[in-house]
Amino acid sequence: MTAPLPPSFSGRLRELTSHRATWPLLALAVILVVDGFVAPGFFTIRIVEGRLFGSLIDILYRAVPTALVALGMAVVIGTKGIDLSVGSIIAVVGATIAWRIQEGDPHFVILLTALGVGLLCGLWNGFLVAVLDIQPIIATLILMVSGRGIGLMINLIYGGTNPSFTSPLLQGLSVGSIGLVPTRLIVFAAVFVALWLLIRRTALGLFVEAVGGNAAAADLAGVRSRLIKYSAYLISGLCAGWAGVILTADTHTSDPVSVALYIELDAILAVVIGGGSLAGGRIYLGMTVLGALVIQTLTTSILMSGLPPEYNLLVKAVVVLFVLLLQSNNARNAVLALVRRRKR
Amino acid sequence: MTERYLPLMATVTVFLALFVTGGVLYEHFFSTLVLGHILADNAFIIIAAIGTTFVILSGGIDLSIGSMIGFVGVVMARLDTLGWHPLASAAVLLAFGLLFGAAQGYIIDFCDIQPFIITLAGLFMLRGACFMVTLDSIPIRHPFVDAFADTSIPLPGDGFLASSAIVMLVVLAGAIAIAHFTRFGTNVYAIGGDRASAVLMGVPMRRTTVMIYALGGFYSALGGVIYALYTSSGYPLAGTGNELNAIAAVVLGGTLLTGGVGMVAGTLFGGMILGLIATLIIFHGSLNGAWIMIASGVLLFLFIVVQRSLVGSFNLRRSS
Repeated sequence: MTAPLPPSFSGRLRELTSHRATWPLLALAVILVVDGFVAPGFFTIRIVEGRLFGSLIDILYRAVPTALVALGMAVVIGTKGIDLSVGSIIAVVGATIAWRIQEGDPHFVILLTALGVGLLCGLWNGFLVAVLDIQPIIATLILMVSGRGIGLMINLIYGGTNPSFTSPLLQGLSVGSIGLVPTRLIVFAAVFVALWLLIRRTALGLFVEAVGGNAAAADLAGVRSRLIKYSAYLISGLCAGWAGVILTADTHTSDPVSVALYIELDAILAVVIGGGSLAGGRIYLGMTVLGALVIQTLTTSILMSGLPPEYNLLVKAVVVLFVLLLQSNNARNAVLALVRRRKR
Repeated sequence: MTERYLPLMATVTVFLALFVTGGVLYEHFFSTLVLGHILADNAFIIIAAIGTTFVILSGGIDLSIGSMIGFVGVVMARLDTLGWHPLASAAVLLAFGLLFGAAQGYIIDFCDIQPFIITLAGLFMLRGACFMVTLDSIPIRHPFVDAFADTSIPLPGDGFLASSAIVMLVVLAGAIAIAHFTRFGTNVYAIGGDRASAVLMGVPMRRTTVMIYALGGFYSALGGVIYALYTSSGYPLAGTGNELNAIAAVVLGGTLLTGGVGMVAGTLFGGMILGLIATLIIFHGSLNGAWIMIASGVLLFLFIVVQRSLVGSFNLRRSS
């Protein structure tokens, strides 16, 4: 009897490069290392006025809205769908919050109303996709086109453009902190854990991936694919609702035209960088959060590096392209072949 | 065979119904003057949407349109301050659009990455490039711009066909010829209809994909040129969100987002329907921009539902 051979180094390397977490983690590490060189003291975390303070905390803090939206997006993309309306949902939620505060509702009720509005938007999207069978990109485009208009209309109902407000409860959730930790990180962790339990500790995750992989086959196997799709859009609406609460309370104002502009694109990008395929059938919640962190780290780094802010988008595009090319087998092989030919 | 034309006819019917509604509600609405203005105001978006029609017919998507329109505008304006003739800079920028689109198509096919993501990177890249060229609005002062604006063909009634609308109709004719009378056009339909079968039948995938996105880039760059000439300025935020208008125009025109079904001519009417909604709301006078957004969304919804139930076009592929 011979002992099984230990896996060779190159074999291990191949295993490592094919693991889905490798490339996004590598990208994040590279960006962070560059930051460490460019900005001295990047990694220091201090305690100022009883809360954690530092660039790393700042990145986590600012990544929360995108990461929240991206979680819901990951589930929707898992069903082979897409939700373009999340930015508009945030606008409607923001307008609703400002409106109800003006009307003097108890703030706890307002929080529930805001999340309810998110769910309602999810209900609408789900109705279009699951019941009327409209392609997801078009179904959610409808709310995306009209949602910001609805937000403006709500603002106009009580005669204001961009009304501002104060609310200790909502602002506590958004910009406050419990002990040393910013509250929104705790909110995010709670949503993440709840969603993870829902997806991975019930059969829902399996059903979503089955529907995303092949809806007809899932139907034949007894999965009620319409119901599963419906629940995915509800989850996405609720996640966008939370993001809306945090973003609106952060700015103290409802600004339907410009709040969370392009957040749907960032969220989809986060899912894709995290290894999710728009072709559906897979949900990686943890990897999606990693994707959102890559995007936010990149944005923060560009701002900190002293480059003019107008370079932000261009650098983001180049890095995103680079990460995508790293993930593509074809591109990697082409580069490797080129390197080998040089050596000879 | 007639089934093919049903979505197009539905679109034309909706357009006519809206136009007649406007004519009944408002005085002076039902005229060639209004029609000419709708054509001229929406020429740039329809031109861009024509290119998108090919992309969507092949089952892909192009999100870089709006940024391309903005980028072309600011570069034209910048070159104008350096003394370039607008036609010269337009030629350079059209070539750029063609190459940029081709590069996107090549990456999509070679790396096998979803078009949504690659063209999203294109959106960020071109918008970022806009901000690097200028942060302010730059006027284009060359006399050619005035000459372009003054050129028009009178229509029966008191209307006229502006030069931007003429360019749009010419390139529309070109696009219809490409879609229905060339091998490339057939290949586009084949890829969109059933990708695997197209590969097996020997459709050159890489060449066709590159050409599709190159065509998309060319048309959106042309849309940008027309927009810059029409507004006689370049503004780095111009065209923001126009990719969605273009996609909406294509969908309203009866083209299926899953690819393979649809017609280029429908896009013209899809774009005009969007223009009509805005015009109707402007005619109403007391409504504001929020209503344009809501009405566009509601109409998009109604149209999709009506199209789905009347024509059953979403099952067109299964039945044919």
